[in-house]
Amino acid sequence: MKRQLPLALVFVFGLFMVFQYFVPHESSEWVYEFLLDWILIIGIFAVALGIWSLFRVAVDKIKTHKPNWGYSYLTLLGLFSMVVFGFTALNGESWGWYFPFAISALMAIMMIAQTMATTSQKGLYAGLTGLFALIAVVIAIFDPAWSFHFSTAEGVENPMFRAFFDHILIPCLSTMFALLAFFIASAAYRAFRARNLLASLLLIAALIVMLRFNPWLAAVYGDFGARLSNWLMNVPNMAAQRAIVIGVGLGIVATALKVILGIERGYMGKG
Amino acid sequence: MDFGLYLWTTLGAFLTLAIFSFLYKDNPFYKIAEHLVVGVSAGYFAVILWHNGLSPNLFQRLNDGNWYFLWMDSTAPWYLIPAILGIMMYTRFSKKWAWVSRWPMALYIGIATGVAIPLEMGARVNRQLFAIMERSIDWANFFGVGGFNLLDTASGLSQLIVFVGAMAALIYFFFSKEHTGLFGATAKFGIWILMIGFGASFGYTVMARISLFINRIQYIDNNWLQNGLNTGITPIEGYHAGYAVIFWLVVLIVVGYIIREIMTYLKTKEKSA
Repeated sequence: MKRQLPLALVFVFGLFMVFQYFVPHESSEWVYEFLLDWILIIGIFAVALGIWSLFRVAVDKIKTHKPNWGYSYLTLLGLFSMVVFGFTALNGESWGWYFPFAISALMAIMMIAQTMATTSQKGLYAGLTGLFALIAVVIAIFDPAWSFHFSTAEGVENPMFRAFFDHILIPCLSTMFALLAFFIASAAYRAFRARNLLASLLLIAALIVMLRFNPWLAAVYGDFGARLSNWLMNVPNMAAQRAIVIGVGLGIVATALKVILGIERGYMGKG
Repeated sequence: MDFGLYLWTTLGAFLTLAIFSFLYKDNPFYKIAEHLVVGVSAGYFAVILWHNGLSPNLFQRLNDGNWYFLWMDSTAPWYLIPAILGIMMYTRFSKKWAWVSRWPMALYIGIATGVAIPLEMGARVNRQLFAIMERSIDWANFFGVGGFNLLDTASGLSQLIVFVGAMAALIYFFFSKEHTGLFGATAKFGIWILMIGFGASFGYTVMARISLFINRIQYIDNNWLQNGLNTGITPIEGYHAGYAVIFWLVVLIVVGYIIREIMTYLKTKEKSA
C-alpha cells in the first residue's frame, strides 16, 4: 500500500498517457486535457509546501541565530508583502485605510514568526500578534476602500503588487543575471586557456562570437566579424545543437520509461 | 515622472547598485537585496500561480456549486478530486502519514512522464532528425550562392558541414562501441564540432549577460538620474555630476573586481607551485 500503490499509479497513468497520444478521438483528447488540469492543480497545491519550507528555514535561522540571521526578516517581509498585496484590491481611486491594514497584517505575520523563533517572551510576541491581527481585522471590516480578492477573472489588480514587481523583483533579477557576465568571463579565463586543440577551438569560437559587435574591430574589418560569427552560430553550432537536442530528447524519454517501469523510484523518498 | 514613481525608481537603482557591489566582495547591501528578492519572488510566484492557475482551473469551475454541499452540486464536481489529491500532499507535515503524499505525487509523475514520452520524441528527436535529413546538399552552389563565399550559410558546403557535423557529434555520444578506427576518427570530428558549438553558445551567453549589464546601467542613467532632473530632484547636484559619480563608481567596482580576481589567481598559482 505504501510503496506498491504509487508504483502502480505511475505505471497505469504513464502508459495511459503514452497510448492516448496515438488515439485521435475527441474523448481521448478530453481525458488528456482533463488529466493535464489535474496535475496543474496538484502542482499548485505543492507550491504551498515550498512556501512553508521557506518560512520554516527563515524562522529556524532566526531561532538558532545562524550567521546573517537578521536578513531572514527581510525574506519574510518580502514574501508576505507580496501575499498581502496579491490578495487585496482597491475598490476605487482612494486608498482609504489600506496601508495601516497592510502594515498591521504584515506585523501580525512577523510576530507569528517571532513567536515561533523566540525562546523567551513568547507571551509578549503572541500578544502583539493578537493586537496587530485585531487592528487588521477591524480595518478589513470597516474600510470600504479596498477588499479581499481571492478568485476573480481579472487576476491580480493591486498597484502595490505591480510596483514590487517592477521596482524590486525585475531590477534584482536582471542585475543578478547581468552580474553573471563577470563571473562566467572570469571562469572562462581560468578554463579556456589554449592548452590543447579542443580548448583552443572552444576559446576561438567564444572569442569570435563575443567580439562580433565590437565597434573598434568593425571599423577595421568591416562586417567580416559579424558574418564569421553568424556562420559559426548557424553552421557548426547548429550541427552541435542538433546532436545535443537529439541526445537530450532520448535521455528524457529513457528516464521517463525508467520512472514508468518502476526502475527509478527517487520521487518516493525514504520510508 | 511623479515623486512616488521617482522614489520607487530610486529603490530599484539602490537594489541594482547593491547587487553590483558583490563584484567587489560580499557585503550587507548585497545581502539585503539578496534576501529581499528571495522572499519577493517566492511571494510573487505563489500569488500568480493562485490567480492564473488555481483560480481559473479549480475555483471558477466549482463556482456554481454551494459550499454547504462541499461544491458537489457544481457542474464539474470531478475537479474536487485533484483538489483532494493536492490537499493530500500536506500529509508530509506528519511523519506518520507522510506516505499518503506519495499518491498524488505518483499520479503527477505518472501523467507528466507519460505526456513527456511522445511529446519529447516528436518535438526534439523526430523534428531534429527530419531537419537533418530533409535538406539535400546544394552541389550547384557548393562554395556559395551566386559566387565564392565560404561564410554563406546557404551554401552546399555549409549544408554538408551541418549534416556531417551532426552525424559525427551523435557518433561521439555513442559509447556502446569503442572509439577506434574510422568510428573513432568520426567521433573525434564530432567532439571538434561540439567544442565549437559550446564555445559559440558560451560567447552568445556572455554577450546576452553584457546586454543585461548595459540595460542596468541605462536604467540607472535614464530612469533614475535623468528622470531625477525632470522632476526637479537632482540627487547629486545635477545630472552630469550624478552621472559621473555613478559611472566612476561602476568603473571602480569592475576594476577592483578584476584586480582581486587576478591577485586570487596568482596566489593560488603560487601555492600550487
